[in-house]
Amino acid sequence: MQKIMVCIKRVVDYNVRVRVKPDESGVMLEGVKMSVNPFDEIALEEALRIKERGTNAEVLAVSIGVADTQQQLRTALAMGADRALLVQTDQPLDPLAAAHALLAIAKKENPDLVLLGKQAIDDDANQTGQMLAALWNRPQATYASKLAIDGTKATVTREVDAGLETIEVDLPAVVTVDLRLNEPRYVKLPDIMKAKKKPLDVIALDSLGVPSPVSFKIVKTEPPAQRQKGIMVKDVSELVDALKKKGLI
Amino acid sequence: MSKILILGEHDAKTLNPATHKCVTCAKAIPGSHITVLLLGADTAAVAAQAAAIQGVDEVVRIDRAENAHPLAASFAPQIAALATGYTHLFGPSTSFGKDLTPRVAALLGVPQVSDLMAVDGAYRFRRPIYAGNAIVTLEADPARILVATVRVASFEAAPSGGAATISSRTLDVSLPSHTRYVGVHTGATDRPDLQTAARVVSGGRALGSAENFKLLFDLASKIGAAVGASRAAVDAGYASNEMQVGQTGKIIAPQVYFAFGISGAIQHLTGIKDARTIVAVNKDPEAPIFEVADVGLVGDLFQVVPELSRLIGA
Repeated sequence: MQKIMVCIKRVVDYNVRVRVKPDESGVMLEGVKMSVNPFDEIALEEALRIKERGTNAEVLAVSIGVADTQQQLRTALAMGADRALLVQTDQPLDPLAAAHALLAIAKKENPDLVLLGKQAIDDDANQTGQMLAALWNRPQATYASKLAIDGTKATVTREVDAGLETIEVDLPAVVTVDLRLNEPRYVKLPDIMKAKKKPLDVIALDSLGVPSPVSFKIVKTEPPAQRQKGIMVKDVSELVDALKKKGLI
Repeated sequence: MSKILILGEHDAKTLNPATHKCVTCAKAIPGSHITVLLLGADTAAVAAQAAAIQGVDEVVRIDRAENAHPLAASFAPQIAALATGYTHLFGPSTSFGKDLTPRVAALLGVPQVSDLMAVDGAYRFRRPIYAGNAIVTLEADPARILVATVRVASFEAAPSGGAATISSRTLDVSLPSHTRYVGVHTGATDRPDLQTAARVVSGGRALGSAENFKLLFDLASKIGAAVGASRAAVDAGYASNEMQVGQTGKIIAPQVYFAFGISGAIQHLTGIKDARTIVAVNKDPEAPIFEVADVGLVGDLFQVVPELSRLIGA
């Protein structure tokens, strides 16, 4: 294991309650706290653990986005990534376009393993890892809750609807991570200072020569339908009566 | 006319009800011709089930020994090869469909709509973003195949009563050997399936231990319910991962959902807001779950659950 590439997305922090703009043109992002997508943080933590288990692999954090995405890459460096790369663009990319850009980086960097979150908590698309694996013509192991590297193979336990599925993939492979793979470490102040000296390269998306994205037209963005507030009952027998009235028991 | 290809999900014996829900979604597109595609080692039994769904015109089988387990790396090139001529390709928003469908989309060189929740036209759809805090309406280009995963909680299962034709296809597609199935560990029970159950009893961190979940299993047995759990309960090890309900777990739409000791984090509410009736029991009167509950009771679940089991059983 020589090199692990971890893909990081800058997203609205998970503690922010996102609101829709009154003109339905999108969600309000002005002045909102931005963070590393929590699933990508788990992916990075796993890369660091593989490195620390003695493989000593180089951990490269890659992101695509606006110039300010450097903040999230600095966080990745502070967590322990060795270097970072920002593919800069002001245009929001959908997962297929992101996968094309990541493919261009993967072809340059030749990682043995690509790790990323199973989904980003902004668009909840759950596509980028699978699309990158398809374009790269390499294995994919999605929703990983356990990952074991053995030479040129990885054994991955996947969280699926039926329970836990295990597959074996040849490396290089794309692994998307689920919540229970690990608990990411906290960044300490000295690590933040050290991260300032680590290399963070910025290249323009246009320089990669990836196909121009085909995307959907977003017609409008609306708030979801609200549920009506229901009734409160004071004890279990009232609860049973209410359920009977609704024909539920 | 819209020619719609649906990726059928099955375990060789039973067609997953997610497939019936994809059919309902496809039927919402005017003038649709619906084909269910089944890949497996032997899909004879599930093909008969698919052919019996009302609204399905055609069932196509690709039987091949390598298709015994649904590996996206093997399934995707076969589906991409067969997709020519279709205007739409729908997979279910289950772990099967979410894993597989984007790989097919990328091979076809098209973007994907994830979690399609409503059909406004043949190329106009709605989907949730930000854990359901916003709903976007999208328009797709009719010049290329529209690939989507269908949010199964948003659609009823199509009834049986159809009689579609069944055909078998052999594809000259070489499959990769870089991905190998090892096995699956299921918490299999004879309880109803969480994703399709009409009744779900669910517990949160307040349960305090895996042993205490037995209280919920007892109640569930009485009323024929599936048992679910919040992310906090799964993270704490009180319940297994396949029981998790929420944005990153299962999104469900039962007739009635009982939430015991679940505070109602936004990511959990995302998973249950299509339930017909939500019943919440929580010690904390300020718990956000009461904002969405149809019937709420402030109380200690360790008293409420046994009493409820007793009263319902009487």
